[in-house]
Amino acid sequence: MAKRVILLIGTKKGTFIAESDEARQEWSLKGPFCDAWPINHVIGDAATGTIYAAGGNEWFGPSVWKSADLGETWTRSGNGFNYAEGEDPVKSAWSLAKSHGRLHVGVEPAGLFVSGDDGENFEHVESLRAHPSRETWVPGAGGLILHSIVPHPDDPNELWVAISTAGVFHTADGGKTFDARNKGTRAGFMPEGMQYPETGQCVHCIVMAAGRPDRLYQQNHTGMYRCDDGGEQWVSIEEGLPSEFGFPAAAHPHDADTVYFIPLNGAIEGRFVPDGKAAVWRSRDAGATWSALRNGLPQENAFFGVLRQAMATDNLDQAGIYFGTNTGTLYGSRDEGDNWDVIGQHLPVIHSAETMVIDA
Amino acid sequence: MRERSDSACDVVLPDALLRLFPQAKRRLTVSAADVGGLIDALDERWPGMGACLRDSRPAVRKHISIMIDGERAVLETPIASGTTVYVLTAVSGG
Repeated sequence: MAKRVILLIGTKKGTFIAESDEARQEWSLKGPFCDAWPINHVIGDAATGTIYAAGGNEWFGPSVWKSADLGETWTRSGNGFNYAEGEDPVKSAWSLAKSHGRLHVGVEPAGLFVSGDDGENFEHVESLRAHPSRETWVPGAGGLILHSIVPHPDDPNELWVAISTAGVFHTADGGKTFDARNKGTRAGFMPEGMQYPETGQCVHCIVMAAGRPDRLYQQNHTGMYRCDDGGEQWVSIEEGLPSEFGFPAAAHPHDADTVYFIPLNGAIEGRFVPDGKAAVWRSRDAGATWSALRNGLPQENAFFGVLRQAMATDNLDQAGIYFGTNTGTLYGSRDEGDNWDVIGQHLPVIHSAETMVIDA
Repeated sequence: MRERSDSACDVVLPDALLRLFPQAKRRLTVSAADVGGLIDALDERWPGMGACLRDSRPAVRKHISIMIDGERAVLETPIASGTTVYVLTAVSGG
């Protein structure tokens, strides 16, 4: 059956939706949706066709928007995004994951919420903020945010989350308890001798390898990493890349050894693509060696960055790879990164990109 | 603490809030003892509106102003009969 490829884009000024067919050559673009609120993450559930968008505005606080008709109509809920009285309130919803009939939401200040009724009401997963390291969590440039939620595909009790700046945490008991999973990742901004703490790493993004739930890839403030044991021990895979700094990571949808990063020039050098030349870097051997993918990307005077949730893959046989810049340009590749085209431009700052492939 | 009794007041809601609750009225009459009670009354009529105006501290949201007699009110601010309460969105954004 023919497919519709839906590209879901979260921006500083609302949600946008791009659509193509399996050829992925011609794209239509519509939006902004969600009342042009700042939207940090948009995901789609291919099983139902439902779209969820997480964000928050300064006036009315955190919300999750939902559309069951590919963006034609939307509902919104902020029900239950409550911390205990006296604590700093939830400011914004930052990340989403739908799995095993539940919708998980990461928020700022960092915490995890879950909805069992498809995004109508949300309940705080209190155990995460009860972790003994909680008092040491500090905001990064984007705030104290829970930005990555990685559910186990088969075990509904197992889940990884990542917080900037606190690190990676894992639960194996459905959120009753969380333990830190940061061994081997560097907190390079700390003094010598203190750079490998149990928590406090500035993790920027984690993703799961296709078909290997024990393998995760991580972009950190200082370094790129892989683990093959659910995060018990991370190893550096940054050798061969132009810098240790970047935000997004994307795992190939079918090959556990293939992963994509977009290294930037550095944390204090402007956070641009290096030398004003844009490239996505791909490894086909789990991070042992790297290739720069540049065809179709600007190779002079490019001074943009790509934010932590703004790169994605689709799940077609020849995978599509997509990323959006903080200058509002959306790029896509229909051949696994070998060649790139502009899908949209002049958009607001792009916070996130995700895909949903459904039957036509 | 002395228990306050409800007073009827006029409430004026901002455009940005009405976009989220299209069935709500721009101007309506509500009976409440204080601003917290007024938000409860709005939430009862239009579920979810309360969370848009009051956070979990609890306090009026940082970028919402609730004005009574020219002063910015807090949740405990009493409501006098016949007054007009303006709910305003701060001039924030970017």
